[in-house]
Amino acid sequence: MRLQPEEWAALALSLKVSVVATLLSLPLALAIAWLLARRDFWGKSLISALVHLPLVLPPVVTGYLLLLTFGRNGAVGGFLEQFGVVLAFRWTGAALAAAIMGFPLMVRAIRLAIEAVDPRLEQAASTLGAGRAAGFILVTLPLIAPGILAGAVLGFAKAMGEFGATITFVANIPGQTQTLPSAIYAFLQVPGGEGSALRLVALSLAVALGAVLISEWLSRRIAQRIGRG
Amino acid sequence: MSLSVNITHRLGDFLLDVAFDASPGVTALLGPSGSGKTSVANSISGLLRPFYGHVHLRERALLDTAKDIFVPPHKRRVGYVFQDGRLFPHLTVEGNLRFGMRFAKEAGNPAEVIDLLGLGTLLHRRPGTLSGGEKQRVAMARALMSDPQILVMDEPLAALDEPRKEEILPYLEGLRDQSDIPILYVSHSVAEVARLADDLVILQGGKVVCHGSAEEVLSDPAAIPFVGVREAGSILRAKVLEHGPDGLSRLAISGGELVLPGVTADEGSNIRIRVLSQDILLSSRRPEGLSSRNILAVTVEALRIGDGPGAAVSLRAGEDRLLARITAQAAREMGLEPGTRCFAILKATAVPKGSIGR
Repeated sequence: MRLQPEEWAALALSLKVSVVATLLSLPLALAIAWLLARRDFWGKSLISALVHLPLVLPPVVTGYLLLLTFGRNGAVGGFLEQFGVVLAFRWTGAALAAAIMGFPLMVRAIRLAIEAVDPRLEQAASTLGAGRAAGFILVTLPLIAPGILAGAVLGFAKAMGEFGATITFVANIPGQTQTLPSAIYAFLQVPGGEGSALRLVALSLAVALGAVLISEWLSRRIAQRIGRG
Repeated sequence: MSLSVNITHRLGDFLLDVAFDASPGVTALLGPSGSGKTSVANSISGLLRPFYGHVHLRERALLDTAKDIFVPPHKRRVGYVFQDGRLFPHLTVEGNLRFGMRFAKEAGNPAEVIDLLGLGTLLHRRPGTLSGGEKQRVAMARALMSDPQILVMDEPLAALDEPRKEEILPYLEGLRDQSDIPILYVSHSVAEVARLADDLVILQGGKVVCHGSAEEVLSDPAAIPFVGVREAGSILRAKVLEHGPDGLSRLAISGGELVLPGVTADEGSNIRIRVLSQDILLSSRRPEGLSSRNILAVTVEALRIGDGPGAAVSLRAGEDRLLARITAQAAREMGLEPGTRCFAILKATAVPKGSIGR
């Protein structure tokens, strides 16, 4: 199976967008998940609802809202442009859209993992001289590592498959914002494009399968390391 | 004074109002569940922040609400052994011990602690594969590794069955005898406390109702309502004289000699024996033709006749005190009153193996 340059570009862009979206949103997802799992504060249900909103909102609505906020004339977009950061119709915008769409899945997986860890273990750590940060890093973090990995894989998978919000926010510019799903869609719109579309479909399948297999293997490794295997 | 506690705290309808000082050695905090023992332990370790009061450890204020002092748990150097062990499941036994040492001011001697608690063969095991008793031994070792200024143990044996308790008590006795760290031992079990404690604080409904040396408190008739009639009994200090071929051992106590089975301590060593008050008979005259070999000449020190049919009699035998529980009727007919001389009879088999400790 030989890929056309355009198809290569779509695959490379999709991988770049998904990796960046996953890695950049992971720390924030961890922080939010921890807040939702371990803290009670005013407005907690509002935060939770906001985080989960992209899950239930039509992706095209999310994309349009992103365009309104992060577009060049949007409040945040205009502000960022002063620093030379442009998101609309760029691959960075695709990463933002992918991150937001994957965020609820990440938060959910990590939050469940944190809730499964006995908070009294951190109490025990504190009586042994570990401050709050040390207790979290040395006790809770290793115990929730499988959950973080699961969240990252879900977020990555969602990013690879994201279509509606991406195409609305950053359009479908080959070589710039055309991700795998956008490329498949584009090829299906032109006569004779089925061959390319099918190749990209096969590629999507391979990437998805690979990601799942790698994550299974990693989570087994982690489970063994933390004594749950 | 190594530890000084004076705290007031409200938990719902429950008012905790506790003050006591603890000297070096083992101080036991005894009381039924719901008496506030764990809240006191948590106040000392900093896991609970009482509304009012102070906690001083070796002259250092850990809590002083008047001066707005609250030292967070990780800076208190209070080693805490939880009822459920709370070992870190992702670390091996060795990893758990290392965690204890990680933040210690001065690294202790791991080999010594591992030896004291018999952990040599467990070091590479995961907590999930350990028995309840082994977990608690690891938890004690981990707390010791953190170089604490006091060890607080909250019902460390409560989750274990009787054989496991018997297995772990010698380690606790070793810890008491070989380390110079004061220990606050929280328990609802009079038997454990009688074996381990130097001092005893009895808690009831959030208040201290008795406080003194374990021998004094446990032989005080006034403590019976808090200890429970069946559990009431005194502690005798004895020296092992000789082990007979028939399995009976001769023991010297300050007021005479006892013959008991099931003593495993070496000849010449000192042991403590818990004698339940319901296992003692009293006689006005020295009894003759009796099967029991254990007859002690005693003097009545105090008498307490309650509302029921029973009477508690505190007896002096040399330097030790015994507590006997007889019927009020018998006490009247024998004419018992402080100063009365009589004889206490103890059946040799009345002292179970678990009541004999170092």
